[in-house]
Amino acid sequence: MSGFLDIKGLTLRLRGGPTILRSVSLRVASGKVHGLVGESGAGKSTIGKAVLGTLPRAIEITGGEIWLDGVNLLALPPRERRRRIGATAALIPQDPLTALNPSKRIGPQITRRLIDILGWSKADANRRARDILDEVHIPDVARVMRSYPHELSGGMRQRVLIASAFAAEPKLIVADEPTTALDVTVQKQILRLINEMRARHGTALLFVTHDLGVVSKVCNSLSVLYAGKVVEEAQMHRFFTQPIHPYSRALLAATPTYLDPDGSLQPVPAEVIQEVETEVHQHAQRAGYDV
Amino acid sequence: MTLLRALFMRLLTMAITLFGVAVVVFFLIRVVPGNPIAMMLPPGATEEDITRLQALYGFDKSLFQQFLIWGGDVLRGDFGTSISLRQPVSELVLGRLPATLELSLFALVIAILLGGLMAFLGTLYRHSMAEAAVDVTSGTALSVPDFLWALVLILLFGVLWPVFSISGRVSPSLDFDFATNFYIIEAALRLRFDVVGHLLGRSFMPALALAIPLAAIIAQLLKQSLKETMHLDYVTLARTKGYSETWVILSEALPNAVLPTLTLIGVQFTFLIGGTVIIERLFSYEGLGNMAIDAVINRDLPLIQGIVLLFAALFTVINLVVDMLCVILNPKLRHA
Ligand SMILES: Nc1ncnc2c1ncn2[C@@H]1O[C@H](COP(=O)(O)OP(=O)(O)OP(=O)(O)O)[C@@H](O)[C@H]1O
Ligand SMILES: [Mg+2]
Repeated sequence: MSGFLDIKGLTLRLRGGPTILRSVSLRVASGKVHGLVGESGAGKSTIGKAVLGTLPRAIEITGGEIWLDGVNLLALPPRERRRRIGATAALIPQDPLTALNPSKRIGPQITRRLIDILGWSKADANRRARDILDEVHIPDVARVMRSYPHELSGGMRQRVLIASAFAAEPKLIVADEPTTALDVTVQKQILRLINEMRARHGTALLFVTHDLGVVSKVCNSLSVLYAGKVVEEAQMHRFFTQPIHPYSRALLAATPTYLDPDGSLQPVPAEVIQEVETEVHQHAQRAGYDV
Repeated sequence: MTLLRALFMRLLTMAITLFGVAVVVFFLIRVVPGNPIAMMLPPGATEEDITRLQALYGFDKSLFQQFLIWGGDVLRGDFGTSISLRQPVSELVLGRLPATLELSLFALVIAILLGGLMAFLGTLYRHSMAEAAVDVTSGTALSVPDFLWALVLILLFGVLWPVFSISGRVSPSLDFDFATNFYIIEAALRLRFDVVGHLLGRSFMPALALAIPLAAIIAQLLKQSLKETMHLDYVTLARTKGYSETWVILSEALPNAVLPTLTLIGVQFTFLIGGTVIIERLFSYEGLGNMAIDAVINRDLPLIQGIVLLFAALFTVINLVVDMLCVILNPKLRHA
């Protein structure tokens, strides 16, 4: 199976430092939702950044391929790669409070890329922005488009960011923990909204989270990441019924709703962590990385 | 309402500041030794001549009385008569002000372009040799004061490789009748760009000397703010949209990173104007600063007072303009 996004053997490291991703492979099929789970520091966001071309300069790609819509991004010259990403993919960021430019009005923050990058007319871009803001249930669209970010609530800003991500009809959206910065009450609405929008627009979604509960609701498949390595890639149903890797089982055990109906939480057992670390280490030695 | 109140308070503060400056300058220059009357009389003048002249300029009255008379005149717009030049101070000072303003603004433009360019390049090529080069250049530029840069420029481009004029605001051979003292602005408005070019060339060296330290400060502060801003989420988001790094820096980061630099430029610009006093002297530039030095040498008290008051007024106005610019550029403040 070849996906719309197809990452093959991606390996990254801090310049002159430790390896951050170890030969990561994952696929996101057209129009499907792929979850990316793992504990903090596992490298989830780093994968998203590699796909969208926003890796910090301190990180270098030492191997692998990132195929987006049939093109290996890493083989393109930087300028073309940026254009390609801008025209095909979009990001729904984590923190709505910091992801909008404080000195620009909402309207242009949605329309500028349509005009500058995709060559739309100003009128078309404005009409599109109004429609898409309407679609994410923003009341009083005209006023919001004239507002500055600080005049809107957090939930409102996340809606704007979702609208902005969908505005150019990207075929892939990377959502990096899009709800963790929000109120619990707002989280559910936003999650439902993302799912609704993506289904309507037929967009593939790479969904980064450490919440298996969320994954179970929106994803078709998922990859479990541990210490920069994919330890399990599975279809949703199979993962929740027959997790193969011990770390996956431990993750599930540590998530209240699934294996444990009583809701009593079990931490990931130390021996499982030990087991995974040994495996990662062995893999690293086989592949010749420094750990 | 609150904004209007704030503006009123500012104007009040400005008035008090100017009064303070007036008091200080009036009494200070009278404590400094040196008699203006003695300076203007030829050797061998009689005691009688001196007394007569002192009465003419009011120096026979008490200090306090003198201050009251001068202060009252100033409020009516009369700054007195220059002792050495025997012309009304306001005429002299306002006649020279445009020259100094044009020089300072030219220097400001150079500093912003130069400093901005260095900050931009340092940000674009951050974490590389190019950024290190920017740091070294700005560090060097900053550790040398403007009058030393003036000497360096005079030596380099006036003596060793004489490509730029290092003396005077206009060439004596320039055939052009100015109706105002804003030579550059006037020539531009009259579409005589050859004259504009000539004038800019004449004042390029003094302007550059004034600009170099400010350019270095701008480069350092702006680069630091830009680099910090480049890490923020909205800049990352803009990058995913397909924009080039140059566009991301100039359009996404710069408007948010520029505020501290702008405030700093406001403060530093007043220092830059202060620097014109020596720079104009070094380049024989016919501005207010050059006149100030002559006035001090001649103990021309009314003229010194007039120049100092004008500088003080200029500084307070600049500070006000900068503060207002900051409010206009920052949407959060604007709506507060
Ligand atoms: N700019 C950077 N400099 C140094 N190390 C970095 C940098 N960016 C990421 N890393 C390292 O890469 C690893 C993966 O980080 P990443 O942000 O991808 O984790 P994550 O899975 O998204 O975690 P979280 O759930 O906390 O968001 C971490 O160990 C982190 O320390
Ligand atoms: Mg992360």
